[in-house]
Amino acid sequence: MPILETRNLNIQIPTEDGIVQAARNVSFEVRQGELFGIAGESGSGKSVLTQAVMGLLPNAEITGEVLFQGKNLLTLSQKEMRSYRGARIGMIFQDPLSSLHPYYTIGSQITEMIHAHERVSADEAKKRAIAMLERVGIPNAASRFNSYPHQFSGGMRQRVMIAMALVLNPPLVIADEPTTALDVTVQAQIIELLNEMRRERGTTVIMITHDLGLLSSIADHVMVMYAGNRMELASSNALFSQPAHPYTAGLLNSSPANYTPGAELVPIPGRPPSLIHLSKGCVFKARCPQAQEICANPPPLRIFNDETQSLCWLEIPASLKEKQNTLAVTSQVDMVTAPAKVIEARNVKLSYNLGGPFGPGNTLEVLKGIDLDLYKGETLGLVGESGCGKSTLARVLAGLIPATDGSVMVEGKSLQALSGREWREMRKRIQLVFQDPFGSLNPRRRVSSIIGDPFRIHGVFAGNRRKQAVQTLMEKVGLNPEHYNRFPSEFSGGQRQRIGIARALALNPELIIFDEPVSALDVSIQAQVLNLMRELQQELNLTYLFISHDLSVVRHVCNRIAVMNKGQIVELADAESIYSDPQDPYTKTLIAASIHTPNTVVAQDRQLIRSIPGEAA
Amino acid sequence: MTDTTQTTPETTVIQRGPLELTMRRFSRDRASVIALIFILALIVIAICAPLIENATGHSPIEQYRTTGLSEMGLPVAPNDEFTLGTDHLGRDVIVRLAYGARVSLLVGVLASLAAAFIGLTIGMIAGYVGGATDMVLSRLMDLVMSVPFLLCALALVSVFGPSLGLSVGVIVFFSWTTMGRVIRAEVNSLRRREFVEASRSLGAGPVSIMLRDILPNLSVPIIVYTTMMIPSAIVFEATLSFLGLGIVPPTPSWGGMLADAATNSIYLVAWWLVVFPGMALLFTTLAFNILGDGLRDALDPKARPVRMSRFLKKAGKAGKP
Repeated sequence: MPILETRNLNIQIPTEDGIVQAARNVSFEVRQGELFGIAGESGSGKSVLTQAVMGLLPNAEITGEVLFQGKNLLTLSQKEMRSYRGARIGMIFQDPLSSLHPYYTIGSQITEMIHAHERVSADEAKKRAIAMLERVGIPNAASRFNSYPHQFSGGMRQRVMIAMALVLNPPLVIADEPTTALDVTVQAQIIELLNEMRRERGTTVIMITHDLGLLSSIADHVMVMYAGNRMELASSNALFSQPAHPYTAGLLNSSPANYTPGAELVPIPGRPPSLIHLSKGCVFKARCPQAQEICANPPPLRIFNDETQSLCWLEIPASLKEKQNTLAVTSQVDMVTAPAKVIEARNVKLSYNLGGPFGPGNTLEVLKGIDLDLYKGETLGLVGESGCGKSTLARVLAGLIPATDGSVMVEGKSLQALSGREWREMRKRIQLVFQDPFGSLNPRRRVSSIIGDPFRIHGVFAGNRRKQAVQTLMEKVGLNPEHYNRFPSEFSGGQRQRIGIARALALNPELIIFDEPVSALDVSIQAQVLNLMRELQQELNLTYLFISHDLSVVRHVCNRIAVMNKGQIVELADAESIYSDPQDPYTKTLIAASIHTPNTVVAQDRQLIRSIPGEAA
Repeated sequence: MTDTTQTTPETTVIQRGPLELTMRRFSRDRASVIALIFILALIVIAICAPLIENATGHSPIEQYRTTGLSEMGLPVAPNDEFTLGTDHLGRDVIVRLAYGARVSLLVGVLASLAAAFIGLTIGMIAGYVGGATDMVLSRLMDLVMSVPFLLCALALVSVFGPSLGLSVGVIVFFSWTTMGRVIRAEVNSLRRREFVEASRSLGAGPVSIMLRDILPNLSVPIIVYTTMMIPSAIVFEATLSFLGLGIVPPTPSWGGMLADAATNSIYLVAWWLVVFPGMALLFTTLAFNILGDGLRDALDPKARPVRMSRFLKKAGKAGKP
C-alpha cells in the first residue's frame, strides 16, 4: 500500500482577481521508503499541493481524496489533523531563517515539538533532541542546545530544521525546496544528509524543487507539474533519459546543466499561463513546440509500459534535443590581436571598520587584494558562494564603492583620480544589471521613465526623441514597445529583467556587470534571458562581467571564469579548463557540488499500453 | 464552482491597473464609503453655508432676541423657525454649525497639508542623508514632541492675541513630527533598495533620487497620514476655541459653540447646544479616521484572505438569468 496517495485532487483558492485553480485533477502515489520528487516552475502549484495535504489552506476549496496510510486527510477535523502534523508528517521549509522562531532557542523549539505530541519528561525530551541534533551533524550538540537560530549558519539552521522534522520519527517528510536558499556546497551536504536519514530510518520523503538536476541524482519517482496540472509522472530514470511530455523535454533542454559546449540553450518560449481562467485544453499548448490543433481539447492520460504517465495528445513520447551543434556560436575572443583592457584592477582591498570611531579598530576585510583584468568583448564569470565578496567587488569595479587600497583603471583612467564630473561621465561606460528583477525597478514609475532614466540623467534625448529611443531599446530586448506606459508590476520576472537590460544598454556602455541576473528566474525563462544576453553581446560587441553562484550557468555564457573564495580570487582560467582540470581545492569542491550526474540507464523501447481520454471538465 | 469555469472558459484575465484595484478594494469597504460620503456632504454644507443662511433668513452672528429667546431669556428648543434651536444669545444653531464647518475644515485641511509638507521635507532629508543630519533632525522632532501643547498655545495666544492664523500655526507646529518620523523611517529603508542603487549607478544625483525614485514610493504613507492628521487638527482647533484661544467670537466655530454651551451650565436646560456641535465634531473626526483607515487598507493590501463565498454569490447571480 502506498504511504500517501492523492486521487483527483482539485484546489481552488479565491483571490482578489478571481478563483485560482491551483491544482487540477492531480493524482499520485508515494510508496513506502522512496524519495518522491515534485518539480515545476514557480507558480505551478507544487507547494500549494503539499499545503493542501497538510491541511494548511483554510480558505481554499479542496475536492478529491488524500489518503495517508489509507486514511482520507481531507475529512479529518482540525484537531485530528493536528496530531498528524509533525508526528506523522514532518515538514522542512525552504528558508530556515524565517521558519525557525528567532526568540526561542533551537532546543526549546525541538522539545516543544516533542511535548506537543508525546507525554515525556523534560529531561527525556532534551536527551532525545540532543541525540537528534548530533545525528544531523551539529557539532557539540549538547552545548548548542541553548543557542538561538541566528547563531547558526544557513546550512546548520537547515540541519536543525531537519532534526526538528525527524525527531518524532514520522513515516513521511515533506521537504519544500529544502536547499534553494543555500550555497551549492552546503546544498550537497544537506541533500546527502536527507538521503542518509531516509535510508537509516526508512522515512519516505517528498521533495519539492524547481531544480530538475537535483532530483535526477536522488529521486525514485518524479512528478512534473505545470499550471496546476500533473504533466508527467515517471520513474526518475525514465524521466531524465526519455521524457514523455514536451514540457519535461523543454525543461531539460533549457537547463544550462544539460550542457553541450558552444550550443545555444533552447528556451521554452512564452511564459506560464494565469491560473485564473485556464483553458479546457492542454495548458501547455501555447508554449509547446509540438502543439497541434487537437491540443485545444482536454488531453488524454497516456500510460506507458514503464510506468510513465503523461498528460498529452502525443502518442510517441517527446525526446531530448539531438545533440546538434549547428547552432554552435563562436563567441570566443580573438586573442591574437591582444584586445584592449577595459578594466585593470590591481591589489584591490576593501575593509570595513567595525569598532566605530572610538575604541580599537576592529576591521572586517571583504576584499583581500584582488588582481583582475577584463578584456574588450569577453565575458568573465565571477563565481563564489554567498558572502565571498563577489557583489562587493563588482560595485568597487563599477566605482560605486571606493576601494580602501589598490587601484582600479577603467579604460586607462584611474577611478580614484576622477573628479565628480568625470565620475558621472564614467557612469555611461559601465552599467549594472541587478539580481532581483522585482527590487531593482522602481515599482511606482512607468517602464518608459525607468528605461528613459539614463537619457534624462545625462541629458541625451528629450521629449519625442527619448520616447523613440526607449521604444527602440524595448524592441531590441524583445519587449513589446506598446507596453511603454506600464508599471513594472504588470510584467513577469523575465520581462522585468529585460527592462533592466534595456536600461543598461541605453547609453551604449562598454561594460555591463550582471549581478546574478538569472538566479531569480525559472529555468525556461533563464534560457531566454541568457540567449538575449549573448545575442546583444555579438551585436554590440559588449564586455560582460557575469557574477553568479551557479556554475552551470557561468560555464554556458563565459569565456573565462574567476573563482572567488573569502575575498580572494583562488583560480582564474578559461571556462572549459576550469571544468576539465580544476587546480584549486575549493574549485574542485564547488564543481563537485554543482554537477549532478543523472543515473540514467540505456533507454528502453517504450510502448503505450493505455490511454485514458481527458474529461470534458 | 466548476460551473462558472465551464460556462466562461474563454474569458481572459483582466489586467487591472493599481488605481483601479485600489478603487475596487475601497468601494468594497462599506464603512469607508459612508465616511467619504459624509465628508463630501460636510464639504457641500460648508460651501453652501450662505445658502442655508438665506433659506433660514438668519445670520450666523445676529441675535434674535424676540424670537430666539424665551421670555425667561433662555434659548429656544428646536422648532419650526429654528430647526436646531438657538443658543444663549438667541443665534440660530443650524446656521452657526454650517459656518463652523467652514472653520473646522479650513483649519483641519490647511494645517494638515502644511504639517504634512514640513514633515515630509524634514523626514526625507533626515532619512536620506542620515548620519549627523539625521541625528540633529530626529532630536529636533523629539524636542517638539516633548513640548507641552496647551501650555505653549496659552503662552503664544497671550502674547499675540487669538486669531485663525495663529491657531493654524500652533497646530502645524505640534503635528508635523508624526509625519516626519514615519517618512524618515520609510525613506531610510527605501534608500537601501536596489532600484535606488540602480539609479545611482546611472549617475543620478541625490535630489533626483529623492524626488523621482523615493517620493513616488511615499505616496501611500503621505495620503494615509495626512488623512489621519485632519481629524486631530480639527479637534486641536476645537480645543483651542473651547479655551477661548482660537477663533475670535462672534465667528462661529464648533469648539467655541461647545464652550458657549458650557458657560453658566446653560447645557443643563438646553441640550441641543451640546448635542449638535458635539455630534458634528464627533462624526467628522470619526469619518476622517475611518477614511484614513480604509485608504490604508485599499492602498496597501496585506494579503487579506478572500472568502470563497464571494464568488459563490456571484455565481448564484449569474446562474439566475
